[in-house]
Amino acid sequence: MSAAAAILRRDLALLLGNGRGGPLLPVLFFCAVAVLFPFAVGPDAKLLARTGGGVLWVAALLAAILPLDRLIAPDIEAGFFDQLALRGVAEEAVCAVRLVAHWLSFGPLLVLASVPVSALLALEGETLRLLVLGLLAGTPGLAAIGLIIAALTASLRSGAALAGLLLVPLAIPLLIFGAGALAGGDPAALAFCAAISLVLCAIAPFAAGAAVRAAREG
Amino acid sequence: MQAPPPAALAARDLACRRGDRLLFRGLSLAMLPGEAMQVVGANGTGKTSLLRILAGLLRPYAGTVERGGEVALLDGRLPLDEHLPLGRALAFWERIDGRGYGAEARARWGLTALEDVPVRLLSTGQRKRAGVLQANARGAPIWLLDEPLNGLDSAAAEGVEQAVAAFCAGGGAAVIASHQPFTLAGMRRIDLADYAP
Repeated sequence: MSAAAAILRRDLALLLGNGRGGPLLPVLFFCAVAVLFPFAVGPDAKLLARTGGGVLWVAALLAAILPLDRLIAPDIEAGFFDQLALRGVAEEAVCAVRLVAHWLSFGPLLVLASVPVSALLALEGETLRLLVLGLLAGTPGLAAIGLIIAALTASLRSGAALAGLLLVPLAIPLLIFGAGALAGGDPAALAFCAAISLVLCAIAPFAAGAAVRAAREG
Repeated sequence: MQAPPPAALAARDLACRRGDRLLFRGLSLAMLPGEAMQVVGANGTGKTSLLRILAGLLRPYAGTVERGGEVALLDGRLPLDEHLPLGRALAFWERIDGRGYGAEARARWGLTALEDVPVRLLSTGQRKRAGVLQANARGAPIWLLDEPLNGLDSAAAEGVEQAVAAFCAGGGAAVIASHQPFTLAGMRRIDLADYAP
């Protein structure tokens, strides 16, 4: 348990501090999309309100790609996983902790940022509530997909580009139910989104751990 | 009749394949506590792979490995966060190991004055010494050292040799992969050329 605490402490310091590019880049990207979108489609409030939620979902999905190339690969290269394995700390445990830290480094910030930027897209009332709840339910799933992909592509030379390509199709179910809740005004879709997130979070540490071990054989 | 002491490290009939190439085969070794062994061989003959197999990080293509205790592996990499001061980077591993490495060990490896220096600014030799501390200060009974003398000046290299000697005198087993001469009384040698397919 003390090992898990030590790893979480290091992960949070790395991902929230400046050690791995910092947590601001995904949030800035997210906000930039919200700022640019009204310029691109014009100031029609009705159109913005109808499409804005979906745009923010796409922005959140793409923002989740940004930290992936620094999420696992540097620790494999520097031998962190090897030295932890020699000390009896399983890759799965390291990856489970990394999942928590990864979500904390971008999820809450995106959810918080979605409130002020939704004003730019004329989202309010029930739509805003569903958007915030949806991002809260969906971003852990995005973090889980990101972790799996980061581990799978860690030992590949052009892993970063591939990570972006791989995340997009895997995240489609989250997008359908998360953004779909906005279009239909249906909270049940959010429950589906949360369920998918939970499943992904349950799988991610094992899939990522196995990928890290497989990378040693490469 | 007395039972023989348990082997610290035993490997039977190991073979290693990397990609399409068989690096070595039929390699067996048995090490008792207190023994040291040097693995020699030209570049690319599988010294590093052998140590990783012995450490349990790489699956052998054939054969089995038995370890009598925890293994410390020192390789060419330095698992310390580059942007952190050395003291804080080492503190992570001290928390993982549940023990401080202590001022005395830091002084032995000449790291006392470097506590506040970011890891990325350390020289090759200083990085190696920090790596020795990170890998070997936690009290594992088996040491696997991959090119431990690389980048070290003669005083530090002598320090590593003395540390291995003291470790073996205390009942530890050490395997050293090195193409440089490593001075240690009573050390066995194993040449990977003898096991080439």
